[in-house]
Amino acid sequence: MEVIRNFPLFTIILSLFSGALCILLPGRTARKSALAVEGVLLLMAAAVLAGVLHAGEAFTYTMGEFPAPWGNEIRAGVLEALLAVSFLGILFCSVLAGHTFLEEDLDVSRIPLYYTLIHLLTAAMMSLIWTNDIFTGYVFLEIMTLTSCGILIVREIGRTTLAAVRYMILNLVGSGLFLLGVVLLYDLTGHLLMVPMRETIAVIAGNPASMRVLNMAVGILTIGLAIKSGLFPFHTWMPDTYGWATPTSASVLAALVSKTYIFLLVKIYFRAVGIPVLEQMHIRNVLFALGILGMIVGSVLAIRADNINRMVAYSSAAQIGYIYMGIGLGGPAGYVAALFHMLVHAVTKSQLFLTTPHLARVSGKSLKFKKLQGSGIRNVEAGIFFTFSALSMIGIPVFAGFASKLQFGLAAVRSGSSIRLVAVIIALALSSVLNASYFIRTIIRIYSAEDHAKRAHLVRKDRLPYMLPMLILAAFNLFLGLLSWVVIGWIEQGLAMFV
Amino acid sequence: MGRLWINYEEAAAIILFGIGFTMLLFHRNLFKKLIGLNIMDTGVFLFLAAMGYIEGRKAPIITDGILDPEAYINPVPAGLVLTGIVVSVSVTAVMLALLVRLYKRYHTLDLDVIYALSRLQTGER
Repeated sequence: MEVIRNFPLFTIILSLFSGALCILLPGRTARKSALAVEGVLLLMAAAVLAGVLHAGEAFTYTMGEFPAPWGNEIRAGVLEALLAVSFLGILFCSVLAGHTFLEEDLDVSRIPLYYTLIHLLTAAMMSLIWTNDIFTGYVFLEIMTLTSCGILIVREIGRTTLAAVRYMILNLVGSGLFLLGVVLLYDLTGHLLMVPMRETIAVIAGNPASMRVLNMAVGILTIGLAIKSGLFPFHTWMPDTYGWATPTSASVLAALVSKTYIFLLVKIYFRAVGIPVLEQMHIRNVLFALGILGMIVGSVLAIRADNINRMVAYSSAAQIGYIYMGIGLGGPAGYVAALFHMLVHAVTKSQLFLTTPHLARVSGKSLKFKKLQGSGIRNVEAGIFFTFSALSMIGIPVFAGFASKLQFGLAAVRSGSSIRLVAVIIALALSSVLNASYFIRTIIRIYSAEDHAKRAHLVRKDRLPYMLPMLILAAFNLFLGLLSWVVIGWIEQGLAMFV
Repeated sequence: MGRLWINYEEAAAIILFGIGFTMLLFHRNLFKKLIGLNIMDTGVFLFLAAMGYIEGRKAPIITDGILDPEAYINPVPAGLVLTGIVVSVSVTAVMLALLVRLYKRYHTLDLDVIYALSRLQTGER
């Protein structure tokens, strides 16, 4: 147990150092070392998860041994460890499955630099998950922004540069608002560590004048993170960003980066603001309304898309709406559903973004629906995995998507407000129908072809690097779907540790 | 009005933030957007620095043997401002690199023109 205490910090430091090291290595070695490092990080995170589950309590690691109200802390509970394990696993799968496309999209000399960026992004992601200090959160938020812009622009076509500029502008607006929120909270409380901040906020919340400022600070901070994670109406950067990036980047950006921001938000809510104080604020209602609007608008835009990646990207906007709806619902059940859906969406969306380029490759490198006709027959494996994850997105039982929709429904019932219940049920039903209409339409399209179409499989070279990560993701998906109570138990335990 | 005058530094900071924020969001020229970003960040740093300074106190470096904490200001806000400046500089550098790349390709920094050109090139909606 004593050794495990150091692991969260190790995951950050190790990815920073191996990121620097990657610059020096030649392309192929860089990939292998990247995969090896991701594997080691994954093992460490798994050890932390096992450790905290066994001990039944979270631990904090004080950097430089400065005691609580000062200094900087790293904290590991069940929830942090669970997210670290899942995110690192998905990252590993994305790197493994996307490298064949990386060699097409990038100049060979740049490939080590790509892995450097991936490592730095991992470091930022791990810090945002583990940190207990709100300003450290800001710094790594910016590192995350810069590295995610980096992995987007490595593919040098005009569209990605333009997409990156749009992505950066909205993200920088978000970072600026987040920083202003952090500064206001610091000025109100005099603390940067989350727990002392919450204790001070609980005291000053009784005063209406400070409550007004507090409301504003938390609101600004929330809007900042909502912009960065792409909540409606700030979803406009999503289709270009996810649609044109190289597959590994698309998968990492859609599945992990946006979720990390949301997790930071939840962590700040629970640990820095405190749920009793948050319940008095109106920002929850804003998130709830925008989440529901996002669910519907995202799905409608996905139906109108003419390109498979843009469709999947708009569907991401809808799924982010689900998560914010859960946060807006409030109550323990709402947060549990939102956090569970973060995992479900991460695993499903990365599988989709790693599969569509294979369908495009057998369709004249076009992502347009017209060209994709019959691509599921021309590449049997990709067709199967696309169907698998599409069914999970729709929410068919057995798959993970169903379990999370069930959780949202239960959370709405438990919220005790009939208006919210009706709103959630209508939104869930409508959004599921819309989801089904565009995903089933796509499944039918990739399986309908003229008579002379020949069944074909992946070329041998691509088979292992594609099949292995896809099987891991599919297994994780089924695990979330069939044994959802295990994960939900962990999430509940983790939330209980937050307080 | 009186309160605003006492807190003139904070008021100026928030006005700067507003100016930068609006420029970053609504200006069509990308370079001016970037300048807006810098103004916005400067606003936040001014706010932080102004809140961190207490009139009549000194930096916490003990030279004349006074150990009373009332004589000194908290050094953390200044540290945060420095960290923030470093972050802001690196973000600006990356954005400038992006703009150079965009300018080389489209020979303009006007966002509307760039969109029109990129649609023309790819022939998409």
